[in-house]
Amino acid sequence: MLVNSFNVRTFAPNLKQGIFKPIRMRISTFKNIILSTLFLTVFNIGFASGTKEGGDDEKFDPKEMILHHVKDAYGMHIATLNQGKENEFHLTIPLPVIVYTDKGLTTFSSSAFHHDYHGHEIVERNGQRFVNVHEKVYVLDEGANQVAFDAEGHPTNAHRPKFDLSITRNVFMMWVSIAVLFLIFLTAARRYKKSDDNVPSGIASFVEPLVVFVRDEIARPMIGEHKYKRYMPYLLTIFFFIWINNIFGLIPILNGANLSGNIAFTFTLAAITFIITTFSGNKNYWKHIFWMPGVPVPMKIFLMPIEIIGMFVKPISLMIRLFANITAGHVIILALMSLIFVFKTVAIAPVSVAFSLFITVIEVIVTAIQAYIFTILSALYFGMATEEEHH
Amino acid sequence: MTITGIAAIGAGLAAIGAGVGIGKIGGSAMEAMARQPEMHGKIQSSALILAAFVEAVALFGVVVAFLQG
Repeated sequence: MLVNSFNVRTFAPNLKQGIFKPIRMRISTFKNIILSTLFLTVFNIGFASGTKEGGDDEKFDPKEMILHHVKDAYGMHIATLNQGKENEFHLTIPLPVIVYTDKGLTTFSSSAFHHDYHGHEIVERNGQRFVNVHEKVYVLDEGANQVAFDAEGHPTNAHRPKFDLSITRNVFMMWVSIAVLFLIFLTAARRYKKSDDNVPSGIASFVEPLVVFVRDEIARPMIGEHKYKRYMPYLLTIFFFIWINNIFGLIPILNGANLSGNIAFTFTLAAITFIITTFSGNKNYWKHIFWMPGVPVPMKIFLMPIEIIGMFVKPISLMIRLFANITAGHVIILALMSLIFVFKTVAIAPVSVAFSLFITVIEVIVTAIQAYIFTILSALYFGMATEEEHH
Repeated sequence: MTITGIAAIGAGLAAIGAGVGIGKIGGSAMEAMARQPEMHGKIQSSALILAAFVEAVALFGVVVAFLQG
């Protein structure tokens, strides 16, 4: 029901131009989604098997596997070929590790770790020894030849570098999504320049309904007819940026580059929303925070701290919502896949595959809904900040 | 009981709360839409926003459970 009406309203502007084109487009899009999910789920199985560490004697730990997949990493690990054999081969996209320590800037490729994240592989560069402990680079102390761990698994004789500016897989995926967005929108813009009557064609006919949707369903009703134009660039940017990153997170071949499920990423977006809200707040907005009109004085004093907390809770809830929704989706899919290895039988595989296919399809909807929610709530906060007094 | 077990119970309680909340919102939105089909779009978008608010509180609980577990 949700998807349907989302589509209908999204494509509503197109209906005027021709009712058959959008419908045909919808059916083929739906077919594509189903096919690609099917295809990707098959890949998922490949992954889950690829992540099984050690021999059969070693107990499979789903928690470690899931956390390892959800977290950021140095280098993109795509698959392990010939696992456990002599010619074991890790198919990876190595990414640069850039760390700043007391001895200055050090850079090396993440392939130097040979896909080890237990701190066994020691990389010597610039007179320092680096190890990768659970996808965090540590610098070994002077004279230490091996990492020692305390009871909780934290290294005792190594420390984090001062600054870790590595191009991790999240950063890499962010650049990829930026490039894809630029490609889509610059192509669309060129289409408009070429056409004489401003009728969208090609990729522009896909982009225009979405832009119109953000304008007519999000910005206009939430911010108001007079002021919405100022906020449109930001709203469009976060809508498409979050959406495309959510979609990239669902592609298993990228090993779940979980960018929008990264709290630092969502924190940055929420912080930008907070800054814009605070700076565009008018007199009326601040009055409602510090001296609520229309209530008795004791109530005004009582409400002030609550409103000030509310000012900060709004962006924090934006941050947590996106982070937790996307991470939860990844965790569920991976947990369903781990069932096969927990029960150690192929018989459970059809159940696992069917359920993760189901969850993946739901996640495809969630990618759009979360982008929509983040955008509409940002617009709502901007609207609250710019609302004029009306008595 | 270990702290992980308690965290799991907490996450479950958060899920129950969110389920009740979102269920009520969804049910009322459905009723309202059936009564006034012409308001369909507006009701749906407000229902989604409200569901997001309810969900956020539940997700706070889940995140706390994650941190403890």
